[in-house]
Amino acid sequence: MPNRNASAARTRTVILIVLLAALHLVILCAGFVAPYDPAAQNRDLPYAPPTRLHCWDASGFHLRPFVYAWTPTDDGYREDQTRAYPVHAFVRGDSYSFLGLADTNLHLFGVDDPGKLLLFGTDAFGRDEFSRVLLGGQISVAAGIVATAVTLLVGTLVGVIAGYYGGWIDEMLMGTTELFLVLPWLYFLLGVRAFLPLHVSPARTFLLLTCVIGLIGWARPARLVRGVVLSARTRNYVLAARGFGGSDFYLLRRHILPEAFGIVLTQAAFLVPRYIAAEVALSFFGLGVSEPVPSWGNMLSALQQYSVLISYGWLLAPAAALFVTSVMYYLLADALHSRLESR
Amino acid sequence: MTYLARRLLRSVLLLAGVSALCFLFTEMAPGSFFDEMRENPQISPDTITRLRAQYGLDQPLAIRYTRWMKSALHADLGYSIAYNTPVAPLLWSRAKNTLLLTITALLFTWIISVPLGLFAAARRGGMLDRAITLLSSLLIAVPEIVIALALLAIVVRWHLAPVGGMVSRSFEELSNWKKLGDVAAHLKLPLLILVLCESAIIVRHIRASGLEVLRAPYIQSARGLGISHARLLFRHVLPAAANPAISLFGFSLAGLVSGSLLVEVICGWPGLGPLILDATLSRDLFVVMGGVMFSALFMVGGNLVADILLMMCDPRIRAGALRAQ
Repeated sequence: MPNRNASAARTRTVILIVLLAALHLVILCAGFVAPYDPAAQNRDLPYAPPTRLHCWDASGFHLRPFVYAWTPTDDGYREDQTRAYPVHAFVRGDSYSFLGLADTNLHLFGVDDPGKLLLFGTDAFGRDEFSRVLLGGQISVAAGIVATAVTLLVGTLVGVIAGYYGGWIDEMLMGTTELFLVLPWLYFLLGVRAFLPLHVSPARTFLLLTCVIGLIGWARPARLVRGVVLSARTRNYVLAARGFGGSDFYLLRRHILPEAFGIVLTQAAFLVPRYIAAEVALSFFGLGVSEPVPSWGNMLSALQQYSVLISYGWLLAPAAALFVTSVMYYLLADALHSRLESR
Repeated sequence: MTYLARRLLRSVLLLAGVSALCFLFTEMAPGSFFDEMRENPQISPDTITRLRAQYGLDQPLAIRYTRWMKSALHADLGYSIAYNTPVAPLLWSRAKNTLLLTITALLFTWIISVPLGLFAAARRGGMLDRAITLLSSLLIAVPEIVIALALLAIVVRWHLAPVGGMVSRSFEELSNWKKLGDVAAHLKLPLLILVLCESAIIVRHIRASGLEVLRAPYIQSARGLGISHARLLFRHVLPAAANPAISLFGFSLAGLVSGSLLVEVICGWPGLGPLILDATLSRDLFVVMGGVMFSALFMVGGNLVADILLMMCDPRIRAGALRAQ
């Protein structure tokens, strides 16, 4: 029985990892998957609801889905059913830079002009929300991953040094972790942000924010890694390797760091969604990445007006994207954690 | 007593550390308040130099830090440029609103979480347990900002509660009881969000430590002696499972000021959070600094209270046999 459970758990973990990889691939290739340029405005289509995909019309069923254009009316939009725009794959559209390597204008799917394929509707400037969610995901998810990398790098380094060398170094480093653990981090982040110039280029803001977010959170992983190193240090095979003349660096690399790998991986799965949420919160407050570059946070900040929130529900799409990403990462962290526990 | 003194000393050191860290980070950050002025052709470089001298910004970091520290010890946190008042009273007037919200949330959270966690542990694998585990996992997995926005959308859409601010426009004309009801109505939404997010974590920990205790032999024997289920749970399991809960309670206290920033901003609750956010946007630096220190004070204080409570409840810690985590 336990065997079957374990293999079922492993299958679940693999499926999760595949799904997460797919999600990241879509976000990485956002320019290709998104039908439009995220900054392209349609001033005649503000707050247009999501375009409906149709497969049936008067003449019957069509295998290829098609859409109708929105025509503005007094109280919103109406479908103009005089002309259908079939959805095509691999269409030419707005040009973008693919992975920063080459400029191209090929998109995964789209419809012919003047039809518009607005899967998640549009925002106040008539910009395609679907394209913006994908492109905004690049910023938000990258922020999460970079900040996690910073945290884990610092945390692992401190944890290994404290656990391996012990003594006053350990005391001092662990005292510092205590300091970072009591830091009210969101307030602290605001404090740091207050001293930065308000208008800096998006790229610079992005780097600064991710570094600060990452630098605040290193204490917990450091403590966890220290615990593992502390117990690994006295294992017989480590002592034996030391007896054979292995250097500190060799022992750490060959025997001790691999022990800490599981915990670092679990922490990574746990931290990425938290840091994505931190970036989203800051941009939501107007302190993070600023317009016109989309990020999930600055897209959501339009919803601070209650009238927008209730009338144009599709603008919650970035929150839904954040929801999906977070839940998947949580499940992964949970799976990794129970794998670690069962060993 | 030495234990207590040690913890107290440590707390003071931590506070000093947090403030030093604040100064250090702000020093390392590139650019400053005056950089934007410098780009303005109407302000001469001399003016900026004079302003820097006036605010003492031309002094080295260590001197600025000791100066700030000295006045902070006298509860003088500087002067707000935007509000044109001293910072400390300003912070306190807004902190009262935050504390009203967070202390209420704390009470509800703990009154709900402790019994739920214990019952889930007692009937492991039962319907209630599975429902609680699923719900708490979901609430932990989903970021607070998503939960807050979703609940806000629901509440605004169906007019379930007033949102924005703390009182209605007609507040002054209401009778005293109506005033109380009005505040309570505005409190509903931020309270709900905070309680949901907080209790998810606490229920989980209570359940986990309850499960651990329930496996202990002395619980088996107590059960064998015919002690009733409820008495067993609350009289025998709860005290034994209390240590992690007390540490958690310390965390709850620690987050009283800083835990609700996001919720306050989203729901428009006039607490410390929106004040600090506005101060950040208008670069009212002493307000921000004061806010950070005020919330850090609670963080450190909460942990200290947890240590003291642990010492009072657990004789093993009093005897120094266990090190408080």
